[in-house]
Amino acid sequence: MITPFQELESRFNGLSEELFGCLLPNEHLSLNLIAEDTQFIRFNASKVRQIGSVRDGLIRAKFVSRERTISIEFVFTGDCNQDVELGRHMLERARGELTQIPTDPYGLIPQNHGSSRTHNLGALLDSECAAEALLKPVQNLDFSGIYAGGGMIRAQSNSAGQSHWFSTESYSLDYSLFHKSGKAIKSTFAGTHWSAEKYQAEINSSHANLEALNLPMITLKPGQYRAYFSPAATHELLSMFNWYGLAESSLRQSESAFLKLRNNEATFSEHFSITEDFRSGLVPRFNDNGELSQEVIPLIQKGQLVNTLVNSRTAKEYGIISNGANTWESLRSPEISTGSLNKSDILKTLGTGVYLSNLHYLNWSDVQGARITGMTRYAPLWVEKGEIKGPITDMRFDDSLYSFLGPQLEAVTSFNELMPEVSTYGHRQLGAARVPGLLLKSFSFTL
Amino acid sequence: MTLDLQKFVSHISFPNLEWASVRLSRESGVSRVFRDSRPDENNHLFTSGATVEVLVNGQFAYASTPIISEKSLHQALQKAYAQALKASQFAIYKFSVLQRPKVTGNYSSPSLKKASNISPTIQSELLTQLCMALKASDKIVKTLSAVDVTEVESEFYSTNGSNVQQNFSYVIWECEAVAQEDNKVQKRTLNGSYANSVQGGAEIFDRPQQLIARARLVGQQALELLSAPECPTEALKLVLAPDQMMLQIHESIGHPLELDRILGDERNYAGWSFVKLSDFGSLKYGSPLLNVTFDPTVNGEFASYNFDDTGGAASREHLIQDGILVRGLGGLESQVRSGTPGVANMRASSWNRAPIDRMANLNIEPGDSTFESIIGGIERGIYMESNRSWSIDDYRNKFQFGCEYARLIENGKITKVVKNPNYRGVTDSFWHNLYAVGNAATRGIFGTPNCGKGEPNQAIRVGHASPVCAFNNVEVFGGSN
Repeated sequence: MITPFQELESRFNGLSEELFGCLLPNEHLSLNLIAEDTQFIRFNASKVRQIGSVRDGLIRAKFVSRERTISIEFVFTGDCNQDVELGRHMLERARGELTQIPTDPYGLIPQNHGSSRTHNLGALLDSECAAEALLKPVQNLDFSGIYAGGGMIRAQSNSAGQSHWFSTESYSLDYSLFHKSGKAIKSTFAGTHWSAEKYQAEINSSHANLEALNLPMITLKPGQYRAYFSPAATHELLSMFNWYGLAESSLRQSESAFLKLRNNEATFSEHFSITEDFRSGLVPRFNDNGELSQEVIPLIQKGQLVNTLVNSRTAKEYGIISNGANTWESLRSPEISTGSLNKSDILKTLGTGVYLSNLHYLNWSDVQGARITGMTRYAPLWVEKGEIKGPITDMRFDDSLYSFLGPQLEAVTSFNELMPEVSTYGHRQLGAARVPGLLLKSFSFTL
Repeated sequence: MTLDLQKFVSHISFPNLEWASVRLSRESGVSRVFRDSRPDENNHLFTSGATVEVLVNGQFAYASTPIISEKSLHQALQKAYAQALKASQFAIYKFSVLQRPKVTGNYSSPSLKKASNISPTIQSELLTQLCMALKASDKIVKTLSAVDVTEVESEFYSTNGSNVQQNFSYVIWECEAVAQEDNKVQKRTLNGSYANSVQGGAEIFDRPQQLIARARLVGQQALELLSAPECPTEALKLVLAPDQMMLQIHESIGHPLELDRILGDERNYAGWSFVKLSDFGSLKYGSPLLNVTFDPTVNGEFASYNFDDTGGAASREHLIQDGILVRGLGGLESQVRSGTPGVANMRASSWNRAPIDRMANLNIEPGDSTFESIIGGIERGIYMESNRSWSIDDYRNKFQFGCEYARLIENGKITKVVKNPNYRGVTDSFWHNLYAVGNAATRGIFGTPNCGKGEPNQAIRVGHASPVCAFNNVEVFGGSN
């Protein structure tokens, strides 16, 4: 039996052959496919708010000729005739533009870096039964969130003969259990094989964590407090490393918050190390040019910047070597190194301070100073002498990475947690990060 | 052969089906980015697809497909129908066809000349000239110019006779200069990232010299910021330009008034709201000078339209009148769930997402103060332009926003430039401290293509028009370098 994945692979290959066959001498083309067939169920108050399915496909192509580069995005339907006709039309349009735009000195001619094929078969909930399976264990709780389940494809081919295929079946449930106070326990349950038992255990665990929110609410005054970032909070912080962060182009163009780190004007704590690590296999190693990243790229080691994310275009512009980063030079499979703080010692070592379960709406308040502002969210707790005293009303913070990941970083937990990517802008995203908890001697709350 | 969607919809039939629709969208666009006078990106986009929606047992469900054929749409309908049927036992509300009334009509963006007809040569020449204008000196280490033209055609047909065609032409342009001296770096843009987002045609670029002159000023102001002192740390009178007011409106009025947020639909993602359903009609949201409208009728504003994506007919409505909260930002589903008056704002970002409550155009209506009178009445204050940083809590209370460029106001005059201007506050007290609203001459119309919300996530176009506004007693502060 031919599976839908095999059928789409065959059609993507067919489209590639047809379009590469249309190329004239000295014309080059690469094709990236992003496709999914996903069921989305949105929940509020342990009820179904919205339910539906999305079958979607997008080709991102790069046409290179006469030292010009033109990117083309068009819908991939899986219908051979329709896709080839549209692909040819878009190609013709790009070709017609070649003489009307200036040359691009940093354009890249596609190369054959080799080929790969990965398919991860899953066992997902049947779409008609998913709502019931997800809601029955939470009927006595105030449950809110989004379930996304189905197949996802990333594929790449180019006129130099390279081809990559990555397909996977997976689900994610990004959810919150709300307390009557408005505070909540936030969690993510994700995988490739649905297990009702594991789901029940997950809900039971989150339900148990609601207990701490029964304590009276505490309001803190702005000021400096000891603080613990849970792995989920660390994961939120990590998102800032992709925005004016570790991209080589951002550093070269003087827009990165890590310029001082790069210029040895500042360092992070020796407790802090971050690595791009593809060994989990949760995300393809090939980038949108079909280049394979190194399996492991140390980026910050013991507080020192040792590598950045460099794609081939940046490499060509600045005469350096690419390490297979994607177009945006963003982290795809990051891991922050663990330390020595055991889980059982977190509250005791925190002593008196704020336990940050989650962060919200981070932004740079001063990029050059690597200063970040944001909010606490869901279940921030006040801890006194190692004992949880109660949830706090949400606080705004504003502090510099050079401080709280620098001299104020006291310890890193001895464990890390896998935080799956659940973003769905445009399409479901792939990937995950491994992050530990962070204990800070001082963190600045401002409002 | 083109499928007759109206005819197709009229033949949809399932047991106990209360209602069904097909919403078709075709989007094509070109975006170009030049960096340091060289092409960085030349992108062409075309996407099309359809979302079918059904109502069964009071439960809506949808299915999206990129294939516009009878067979594919029928498969999508079957998928949506089966999900609605099973999910209806867990429905958050038993909806009816009243939430999908029959509408017929059309809309076209104001466009004298088709924006997509601007030749690549002309676009490239303009972007090169803008980069050159931005490079005010060798201390400008990066210049960037960009233009984005997108055309969207949407069609909506339903079993109860709706038939809507809307054609949109969106244009965005950007300029950015990064200045550096030693380890000091400052960035200045034209009104903030993506803020020049409007509906219109090629005529927007009919006066390139005006745009080039503005780019030159952006480069000069980036240089001014390099040698400027830090923004002071103190409580001051704060005057905000329209290109910062757009962000202030968006985050501290728009999102908290979305009825789906108030109903809790967004609390796992974008957040909840400090506003309660019982507040409508009575809450003093701000000073009596505050008048806020949902206005999809403004010619050329980024999110103007005649119908939302469920067929709701759009009209201008006051959300806040003389400081009092009177209406929420919610479509027909949220209105019936909440029993609160709303607007036609159930919109989807594309064919592959379902409509939810969105902002569209959300504007502050002009007052009667001239810019000169606002500035002239301030002994010590600060004037800020162009957003660069934004953050607010999930209930939309505690915010902190940063701007690119600011000047002190001393003894009734605008004086020296200060860098890294930030301010923070709490929504309720901030809007109560509004003490002057500029007249129509001070008004600016801006927008953004990137308002994020929803599960699954959707980035959508919104517009914000505002006059210059002045606030008492705002905590302002600078950066750390």
